[in-house]
Amino acid sequence: MRGFWKAFRRNKLAIVGGAVVVCLALLAAVAPLIAPWDPNRPDVKKILDPPSSRHPFGTDQLGRDVLSRMLYGARVSLAVGFVSVGIAATIGILLGAAAGYHGGLFEASIMRLVDLMLVFPRFFLLLAVLSFLKPSIWTIMAVIGITGWMGVARLVRAEFLALKEREFVLWSQSVGASSSRIIWRHILPNAMGPVLVAMTLGIPAAILTESALSFLGLGVQPPHATWGNILNEGKDAIELAWWLSVYPGLAILVTVLSYNLFGEGIRDALDPRLRQAAGRVVSRGR
Amino acid sequence: MLAYALRRLVLAIPLILGITLISFMVIHLAPGEPGQTPGEMVTAEAKRAYEQLKVEYHLDRPLPEQYWIWLKRLARLDLGRSFAPHGRPVLSMIGERLPITLLLNIVEILIIVALAVPIGVLSATRQYSAFDKFTTIFVFVGFATPEFWLALLLMILFGIQLGWLPISGLRSPTAEYFTFWRQQLDFLSHLVMPIMVATFGGLAGYSRYMRQSMLEVVRQDYIQSARAKGLAERVVIGKHALRNALLPIITILALSLPTLIGSSVIVESIFAIPGMGQLMVQAAYERDYPVLMGNLVFVATLTLIANLMADIAYSLVDPRIRVGRRRR
Repeated sequence: MRGFWKAFRRNKLAIVGGAVVVCLALLAAVAPLIAPWDPNRPDVKKILDPPSSRHPFGTDQLGRDVLSRMLYGARVSLAVGFVSVGIAATIGILLGAAAGYHGGLFEASIMRLVDLMLVFPRFFLLLAVLSFLKPSIWTIMAVIGITGWMGVARLVRAEFLALKEREFVLWSQSVGASSSRIIWRHILPNAMGPVLVAMTLGIPAAILTESALSFLGLGVQPPHATWGNILNEGKDAIELAWWLSVYPGLAILVTVLSYNLFGEGIRDALDPRLRQAAGRVVSRGR
Repeated sequence: MLAYALRRLVLAIPLILGITLISFMVIHLAPGEPGQTPGEMVTAEAKRAYEQLKVEYHLDRPLPEQYWIWLKRLARLDLGRSFAPHGRPVLSMIGERLPITLLLNIVEILIIVALAVPIGVLSATRQYSAFDKFTTIFVFVGFATPEFWLALLLMILFGIQLGWLPISGLRSPTAEYFTFWRQQLDFLSHLVMPIMVATFGGLAGYSRYMRQSMLEVVRQDYIQSARAKGLAERVVIGKHALRNALLPIITILALSLPTLIGSSVIVESIFAIPGMGQLMVQAAYERDYPVLMGNLVFVATLTLIANLMADIAYSLVDPRIRVGRRRR
């Protein structure tokens, strides 16, 4: 662990990324306290006002303050990122661990399922499912999670395949420990490093996916503000109001960039070999 | 060689069945029903239309039977008809839109490879140089930039502020009055921004992969011996190293095909390009489930075939694959 901190501290970009990640989480948490205006209060006298000292990021078609909407949008984006990655990681860990530990036909069928799911362009799957569901923040989280577990499953299986031959596992088996105990208490804790890295890098991918879906109008629905659906409104007013398009996108860019820098920093510090070997395992959220 | 290709082909059959099963389940296990909008007012007429739909599409039968009926029609390449008022066959709708999406994606891949390979090679051979650092920053920013946002920014800049490029569709409304060459130019100018957007997203990834792959190859012994033989550095890198470093890129290209096609959803719906992605979005808005299912099966099968071809191409250039176990 001390080696980890030493290595991590040397990576300045990762520290900056981590700091921004923390700041964003704080901003989202205290959004109701610091937002200068009510994010959902329309004002017909201030429709599409350009940025000014009263409205630093301008106002939208209904005269709502864009900065306040973005602060509230940060809550949705981050929540979707965390929860959907949580769902994806849970499914991926359960299936990957069972496949890697038990092997045989079960493993083969899980891994074929992973291959199959990866053949579908993710956005096509997402659109197909979302068209039949009532759009809400919860369905978005669930759907992004359910279509995003394959990477974690592969990772966990690979770790399990390597770890289950190790002496400490063979020893536990020889003294009669149950397989669930071996999986949860002995192997999984040792496999969590790469999984945590994959999760950290999965959050920005999920945020990108959510914002793209909301941008298409199939994600989080108005009046809930998210960065994606502010951009959707921005598209309709693109000839009149550049500020509706520029700022929310910048927020997504900064957020995703910081999470990626932070996540890659953790990965490199955990295992410098990974940096040389695999390159990026992250997929963009598409 | 032929035996290997045949084996891979046979192994693909259960995968295609799996694709149809997943496409079917995705749509039928979702709580909402096809042909019905949740929360919509139900008039007597809508109800009657829905009942008719149910019979026509066998929605009143048990799920396994529905799947079987659908599968039998699929085997005859009958993807059904759209739910939209025009009721056109799904296959001909796809046939109309596929060339556009393919054209966009092929041009994108060509540009991406043409740029990513030199960028990757240069930053690998000059590791930690200013160029390498700059491309690393570019890669991180590229990964973090939402495509639809980049599209909006380009539209504001080139479409509205400068007025250089058209911002939607494939042809100007008055294009039919243009001369032939003017029409081609018009068509190309409509493609510039969509291709820029899609290329930017992919470029980051591929130049990274290329750099990584090159860094690995450059460390190998045979590169050292090529240098020891006294070959010029240009030959060592350009011939011996590059060839081997390009190998993994074939697989990565094929594996990322779904991502590329997936990104056409966003690019096509922003720039109003009538391709597969836009078809999918429209079908999703309208809950047009024959189109949704048909699209899913079609695109997934296309990806599968591309993966297969990449595997076979890989085995052609790298005999180890044919003989030994497949590398994962």
